[in-house]
Amino acid sequence: MRKLWIALTFAVFALLLGAPLVRIAMGAWEEGWDGFAHGLTRPEALHALGLTGTIVVVVTAVNALFGVALSLYLVRAAWLGPRWRNLLNSIVDLPFAVSPVIGGLMIILLLGPETVVGGMLGSLGIQVVYALPGMIIATLFVTFPLIVREVMPVLQEIGSQQEEAAATLGARGWTIFRRVTWPSIRWSVVYGIVLTVARSLGEFGAVLVVSGNIMFRTQTATTLVYQDVENFNLTAANAVALVLAAGSAAILLIMEWAKARAAHH
Amino acid sequence: MSSTLQSRWWGWGFRSAVMLYFMFLIVLPILGIYGQSFSSGMRVFYENVTEPLAWRAVTLTVKLALIATAVNVLIGSMAGWVLVRYRFPGRRLLNSMVDLPFALPTAVAGLMILLLLGPHSPVGQWAQRLGVSILFHQPAIVIAMVFVTFPFVIRGVQPLLEEMDRSEEEAAYTMGATRARTFFRVLLPNMLPGVISGAMLAFSRALAEFGAVVLVAGNIPGRTMIASVYIFGEIESDNVIGATAVSVILLTFSFLVLWLVNYLQARRKGG
Repeated sequence: MRKLWIALTFAVFALLLGAPLVRIAMGAWEEGWDGFAHGLTRPEALHALGLTGTIVVVVTAVNALFGVALSLYLVRAAWLGPRWRNLLNSIVDLPFAVSPVIGGLMIILLLGPETVVGGMLGSLGIQVVYALPGMIIATLFVTFPLIVREVMPVLQEIGSQQEEAAATLGARGWTIFRRVTWPSIRWSVVYGIVLTVARSLGEFGAVLVVSGNIMFRTQTATTLVYQDVENFNLTAANAVALVLAAGSAAILLIMEWAKARAAHH
Repeated sequence: MSSTLQSRWWGWGFRSAVMLYFMFLIVLPILGIYGQSFSSGMRVFYENVTEPLAWRAVTLTVKLALIATAVNVLIGSMAGWVLVRYRFPGRRLLNSMVDLPFALPTAVAGLMILLLLGPHSPVGQWAQRLGVSILFHQPAIVIAMVFVTFPFVIRGVQPLLEEMDRSEEEAAYTMGATRARTFFRVLLPNMLPGVISGAMLAFSRALAEFGAVVLVAGNIPGRTMIASVYIFGEIESDNVIGATAVSVILLTFSFLVLWLVNYLQARRKGG
């Protein structure tokens, strides 16, 4: 009985997770090293990977700052009544429920060239939709809950006694955060950041809608894979996809490590 | 004195910046889409939703997401159980592989499934001999949804099984209960909250999925076009009102599911 269950679980993992991974690795080498290298070093692939890198860095930095600050306010702030805190707390999760395509549509509706705000920015020479700023906003929206959801439970668990003690001893806001709060939340922040990197690296739907997928201008690694598949250029698609998959595997390893560290901080 | 004032000023400014960021990034866009969809009146909204292809896309999405969730409940509960209860070589590897669908870009997941089920692959040829079509038909959409939502049920069940008191189960055996009876009367009720909340998260994710599905579905309007792909098509052809109408239906549905999950979790913690 027991052996049967273990075998079945192995079978599910091998079919659902293992086989696709092996297949994509094989697909990238179908035309040998040259095919793989060509798929990766095409100018459009290099540009797309660079753009994805830019988005990942900007989005992770912004969301790490605002995510940690918002979790602090939602758990600790006295100036927010408990009712407001509850309301905001349930709003934080909403991006999880929004289809990425709809997330992109929202940004077009608010900041597109035909809207008031979009028109104003356009006359200043700033293009948001079909350009990098829109893609960053879309990715910020999609990844916003990740850090908040990791940090908030830890803040709730450690309680505010130590921080109050520091305040009685005369420490002020920033010092309390740096010396007392930060050491206990840092591994959950790291874990949230890793999740954010993974999600912004792989974001596809929202970015596709907002970017217009213009080659050499707004094409990211994932939208390039999509375009390659649509053009039946499977080997090239595989090369870029393999790099993305390797990135995800690395992220998984870091996640395991951060989880182990977070367990005994 | 002046430094206290200055730091308070800074605190106030930072606090407002964070709240404004939150409002502009999350709240405003969601309100915007609801506002936009009703801006031309109820009748236009109704007409856009009841447009046969739009409505078919929504019902198809719900149907396939339900199937994918059911599959995940079965294999997820089993895998969660095996990973917590049994010790065997390779367990840690499997356990860290569970999160792979979350870490993998959805477009890459779609490409993987496309290659695996394609006409030149063993699966594709085997299906062809049997006369079943998988790729660019509904089964492929279900497979993509199952892949993307795979971790939810497992991660929902695992903590409950780890916390569970083994003595309840042992007591059932000592009193002469059969394996099946113990499972249904003792183990299942303990696992159920995790299965339900995992299943609901999986369902709402499957409803929203785009990247993995768009590559394998074929996207034939009315037959294999799911709601998010329909919305994408409407945006591409500049029919923003049609896109927002379907978006509002899909969003409201997902929000209800999310709210239900939070409500159930809060009740479990409270009771």
